[in-house]
Amino acid sequence: MWVISGAHFRHLPHTDNVKETDTFMRENTRLSVAHLVRDPVLLFLVLLVVTGLILFILLPLYKIVAYSVTTDEGRLSIRAAWDILRSKSYLQPLKNSMLLGLTTGILATIIGYVFAYALTRVDMPLKGFFKAIATIPIISPPFILSLSMIFLFGRNGLITNKLLGLEDSNVYGMHSLVVVQTISFFPIAYLTLTGTLAKLNPAVEDAALNLGASRARIFRTVTLPLSVPGILSSLLLVFIQSLEDFSNPAVISGSFSTLAVEAYRTITGMYDMRGGSLMALLLLVPTLIAFVLQKYWLSGKSFVTVTGKPTTSRQQSRDPKLVWPLFAFCMLVALTIVLFYGTVLVGAFVKIWGINFSFTWAHFKYVMTLGWTPLRNSVVLALASTPIAGLLGMIIAFLVVRKEFPGKKAMEFVSMLTFAVPGTVVGIGYILAFNGKPFMWTGSAFLLIMAFTFRNMPVGIESGTSTLLQIDRSIEEASTILGATGAVTFRRISLPMLKQAFFSGLVYSFVRAMTAVSAVIFLISPRWNLATISIFSLFESSKYSDAAAYIVVMIAIIIVAIGGLNLLVGLLGNSGTIASGGNGERA
Amino acid sequence: MSERDFSTRSSNVSLVHLTKKFRSLDGSGEVTAVDDVTLEIKAGELVTILGPSGCGKTTTLRMIAGFEYPTSGSILIGGKDVAMIPPNKRGLSMVFQSYALFPHLTIYENVAYGLRVQKLPAAEIRERTERALELMQLTPMAKRYPSQVSGGQQQRIALARAIVIEPSVLLFDEPLSNLDAKLREYMRDELRKLQKRLGITSLYVTHDQSEAMAISDRVVIMKDGRIQQVGTPREIYAFPHSKFVADFMGKANFIRVNVLGREGESARIDLEGTQFTVPRAGKAGPAVGQALLVVRPEALRLTNPSSNQPSVALRGRIDRFTYFGNIARYEVSTDNAPLLIESYNPEASSVFEEGAEVGIIIDFESARLLPAAEQGNS
Repeated sequence: MWVISGAHFRHLPHTDNVKETDTFMRENTRLSVAHLVRDPVLLFLVLLVVTGLILFILLPLYKIVAYSVTTDEGRLSIRAAWDILRSKSYLQPLKNSMLLGLTTGILATIIGYVFAYALTRVDMPLKGFFKAIATIPIISPPFILSLSMIFLFGRNGLITNKLLGLEDSNVYGMHSLVVVQTISFFPIAYLTLTGTLAKLNPAVEDAALNLGASRARIFRTVTLPLSVPGILSSLLLVFIQSLEDFSNPAVISGSFSTLAVEAYRTITGMYDMRGGSLMALLLLVPTLIAFVLQKYWLSGKSFVTVTGKPTTSRQQSRDPKLVWPLFAFCMLVALTIVLFYGTVLVGAFVKIWGINFSFTWAHFKYVMTLGWTPLRNSVVLALASTPIAGLLGMIIAFLVVRKEFPGKKAMEFVSMLTFAVPGTVVGIGYILAFNGKPFMWTGSAFLLIMAFTFRNMPVGIESGTSTLLQIDRSIEEASTILGATGAVTFRRISLPMLKQAFFSGLVYSFVRAMTAVSAVIFLISPRWNLATISIFSLFESSKYSDAAAYIVVMIAIIIVAIGGLNLLVGLLGNSGTIASGGNGERA
Repeated sequence: MSERDFSTRSSNVSLVHLTKKFRSLDGSGEVTAVDDVTLEIKAGELVTILGPSGCGKTTTLRMIAGFEYPTSGSILIGGKDVAMIPPNKRGLSMVFQSYALFPHLTIYENVAYGLRVQKLPAAEIRERTERALELMQLTPMAKRYPSQVSGGQQQRIALARAIVIEPSVLLFDEPLSNLDAKLREYMRDELRKLQKRLGITSLYVTHDQSEAMAISDRVVIMKDGRIQQVGTPREIYAFPHSKFVADFMGKANFIRVNVLGREGESARIDLEGTQFTVPRAGKAGPAVGQALLVVRPEALRLTNPSSNQPSVALRGRIDRFTYFGNIARYEVSTDNAPLLIESYNPEASSVFEEGAEVGIIIDFESARLLPAAEQGNS
C-alpha cells in the first residue's frame, strides 16, 4: 500500500556487512579532503547541496533571528524584542499552542498506540481496510477535516442542527481543533508505534508467555515498557505537527489564537514584520527542541531488538475478550474518518449546506472557471519541484551514507532541519531573505519551487538513507571497479535500488507541494496564486461548498499524480527482490 | 571451449613500503592497518594473503583496488604507479565476499555490465558476455535475477563478471566464505583451474589456511599489518620462520630444547637430557643455546611407555582422546610442553585411551628449530 509508511519516523539500524575492523574505520579528514579534490563530480555535488542548504534553509532562519533582535535603525538590541515578548498578545498564543500540542500529542498517541497494537498483535478481520484508512489523513489536502467539522457541527451542522436541533452550537475553538488535529495526526503516531511494536523481538514476549505470564501481564511488564521510546517519539512528532499546523487553526480556532496563525495575522493584518518574526521565533524554538530530542536523544534509546533477520512470525492473540473491543475501537476510528471525508464529498455536490441539500454541479463549475488558474499553478509548481526534491533527497542520502567529506554531519542535520522548521517560519524567513538585493525573488515561481524543494526533501533523504544503509556497499564498489564512474554508478546501480525510496520521496514531495499552506501563504503573488490559498479565501468568505468542490478536485489530482509517478518510477527498471547482493547460502 | 580467447593482459603488481594508517575508532590516535608492506606479484601468479581478522589483508587489497588511499608507499601495476588513478580506471576486477551482484539486473546484464560501461560495440558485448556465461556454465540461467539462483551460481556470476572485462589483475576478497563446506572445496578447485587456464594475475585474501594452501602459487602470511613470511605453501608449512607462522599455517607443537651445535643443515640438540639430531633444522633457530623445536602433530607417534627404544624422546599422559575415524587425536601432557598428536589410519596401529601413560617418538626429519623467546606469541 502506501510507501510513505512513515519512513521519516523510523531510524533503521546499520546492517552493513561488517567484516574486519579495519575496513570501517574512518578516513582521516586530511584524506577525505584529498578524496574530494580527486573526485570532481563529488566536489560539485557537495558544493551544490551546501549552497542550496545555506541559501534556502540557513539564510532565512538567520534573517528571522537577526531581524528580531535589531531595531528599526538597524542597531542590535534584544530590548525591543523583550518588551514585545512580555505583552499578553504574544504569551497567550504561545500558551495556547503548547496546550494544543500536548493535548493533541497525547490523544493521537493513545489512539495510534491502540491502533498499532491491534494491527500488530491481534488476529482480527479488515486489517487491510484499517491500514488504508489510517494513511488517508496523511495525503489529503488541508482544510478538509475543518470543513467537515463545520458541515457536521456548525451552526447549520448536520449533527448539531439537523440531528440534535441545536441552534447556537459553536464549532469554533480549541475543542474542534483538538478533534481535527487528533484525526489528522494520529496516523503519524500509528506509523511510528507500528514500527516500534513490529520490531520488538517476539521472542521476548514469547519468553514471558513461556514463563507463565498472562497476556495482560505481558503487556504491562514487557510490551509497554519496551515501547516507551516509541511512545515518546510519537508524542514529540505529533507535538511538532500540531504546532506547525496553520490550516486548521486558521479556519476553526475562533478566538483561540495559535502562534502559526497569529504570526500570519500580525504580518498581513497589522503589517508588523518584527512582531511576526518574533512570533515565528517563538514557534521555532519548541519545535526545534522537540525535533532534536526525537532525533538524537530518543533514537539512541530505542529498545528495538534488531537481528537483521526477518522477524519470526508472531503468535497473534485470538482471545475474543481482546479481539472484539479492539476491533470495535478500530472500526470507530475508521468510521469517523469515513464520515469526515464523506461529508466533504457530499458537501461538494449540494447547493447550500444545511439549507438546501439539492444536487448541483455549480461548485465544480466554479473550480473549473474562477478557480482554474490557482489550481493549474499548484500542479505546475508541484510538478516542477517534485523531481528536484526527489533527486536532491537521493543525492543527499547517497552523499551522507556513502561518501566521506568534511562537514558531512552538518549537511545531514541541516537537510533534515526543514522537517522541524514550521512552514510559517520558512515563509517569513523567505520574505526577509529574498525581498531585496541580491536575491529579489519574492512572488516568483522560482522561490515557490525552492520552498517546496527544500521543505519536502526530508522524507526522500530518510527513506533513501535507510535503504542505502541496508545495501551492501560493495555492490557500488563492484560497479566502480568494473570501470564505471561515480555518476554512472549512481544512475545505473544506486538509483534503481533506491527506487522505492525515490518513489516515496516523489509522492511525499508532490503531495506536500500540492497541499502546502503555511509557507506559501507568504510567498504567493497575484501571478502565482495557489489552490490551497484559494480554498483559504473561500473559507474566509464562508463559501464552504465551493471549498469542498475544490478539495475533491485536489484529491482527484493527487490520486492521478501518484498513479502517474508510480508508472514512471516503474520504468526505471526492476529493483530486484534482494538488496544484499545475493547471499543465498550465507551460513 | 574458448577460454584461450580471453586474451590475458596480466600485469605484475609491486607493493613498495605500502603503509595505511586509520584514525582509531575513538578518534584519539592512529591505528596502523598496513605497516610497510613490500611485495612483488609476478604476472600470471596467484598470491594469497593469509592472516587473522584485522591483520590488514583486506585493507591491502582495497588499496590495490583503489578504494583506500595509502598513507605512504606506492603501488605499481605493470610497472606504472597507480596512486593518482581512480579505481574505475585501474583495469582491475574484484570478486567480493558478498559477491556484490547487482540485484536489479539479470545475470546476463550483470556479466555484461563492465563491457557496457566501456561502451564497446553491441556485437562485441554480446559475444564476450555469452562466452563468459558459457565458460562459467551460466548460459541456461542468463535471464534470471541473482536472487533466483543458488549460492554457488551467484559465486560463478561474480567470477564471470570479473573476468569478462579481461582485467590486468583479479582481486579476491574472501570469495568463498559464504559457501557451505562442500561447495567451498569444489569452487576452490574450479577457481584455481580457471585462474591457471586464463593466466590472470590474482591476489586472493582469506583467513582459511587450507584454502590458501589449495589455490596459491605463493602465500603471504600477515599479522598486525606486517608481512610475516612469503613463500610457496610447502615452504611455509615445512619451514616456518616464526612461531606465529607455524601456528597459523596448520597445527604445531613447540618443544623446548637446547641446541648443542650445528653442522651444515643439521643440528645436534639436547631434549630432556637425551641427545638427538635434527637433520634439516632450518635457518630460523639459533646456532647454539635455548630453542624451540617445531613438530607437526602428524610427526609425533605414541608408543608403549615401557618401551626402552632410544627413539622415545618424551613421556607423558593422555588427557584427551578424540576419534575421527581417519584420524585419532591425542592431547598429551608432558613435563616439557602440552602436545597435540594425530595418528592417521588409527585402526592400523594401537589406539590409546584417556589417562594412559605413553612414550612419544618424534620424527626429526620434519622437525625444525625456532628461536626460544619470540615477541608476539599468539
